[in-house]
Amino acid sequence: MNDNDVVRDLTLDGNAVAGLLEEVFGADMTTADGECAHCGSANAVGALRAYTRAPGVVLRCPACGGVIARIVQTPRGTLVDLRGAAHLAMRR
Amino acid sequence: MSQKFVSRGFTGKRERAGGQGARVPPGQHLVSDFPVLSAGPTPRTDLARWTFTIDGLVTAPVSWSWADFQHLPVQDFVKDISCVTKWTKLDTRWRGVSVDTLFEHVELDPRAVALIASCDGGYTTNLLLSDALNGQAFVAYEYDGKPLAPEHGGPARLVVPHLYFWKSAKWVRGLRLVNKDAPGFWESLGYHIRGDPWKEQRYTDD
Ligand SMILES: [Zn+2]
Repeated sequence: MNDNDVVRDLTLDGNAVAGLLEEVFGADMTTADGECAHCGSANAVGALRAYTRAPGVVLRCPACGGVIARIVQTPRGTLVDLRGAAHLAMRR
Repeated sequence: MSQKFVSRGFTGKRERAGGQGARVPPGQHLVSDFPVLSAGPTPRTDLARWTFTIDGLVTAPVSWSWADFQHLPVQDFVKDISCVTKWTKLDTRWRGVSVDTLFEHVELDPRAVALIASCDGGYTTNLLLSDALNGQAFVAYEYDGKPLAPEHGGPARLVVPHLYFWKSAKWVRGLRLVNKDAPGFWESLGYHIRGDPWKEQRYTDD
């Protein structure tokens, strides 16, 4: 396995964690719009970069790479850090 | 220190009973490959611009270039490592510079009790000094006789083999001495502040 295979394998998009996001937010989040708190760019949650081969799930801004959300599931509950999201807009 | 002797005693007894299994902490399973975990993209740091810095609660900060870092006394380490995602890998072979050696170049402020490691890509992790000194932690730049691959944290990663592997920060660029053991990237979101695999300190309050 060369470097590029490994890196490609680790880089998913937000659609890859659709099920987890629905569990956390109670709604389909992949079409929700999110604003990056670091650089201000707007992206659908499904278009964020997702890192899942880690102790938790990390969603990053495709424009600046900043962390938008972190989700950790432990035996005692689920922790969500959304400091990197200026806002999330869910459609009805 | 007494902790160390206790676990050695255990290892001796279980080794006779179960061979390699005695080296596998509770809730872990053995792997022979080397899984790659990452909270972000793999940075590609130009070695000409790479530096390693010790700052914070020290009398004077110190910084090495890549070339200078290669001239520091190097050691070989053969260590078992355990990831909180439940894999354990035995006898991993590293070459690098111990944190003790690095700290010979600074004078620690007596208030320093912990450090925070910082990395390319923004990752951080915290360590008590009592977990970083006396041969327990090192900055590795070779793995298995070859330069440390970028996906495994190269050019250099912190390795703290007696704690869960999220403490072994990839792409490490510096250590900051602090007067309080404040949580890093994963420790601030549900993971244990210390992370001892033999005590199964996976999550906060374990
Ligand atoms: Zn951004």
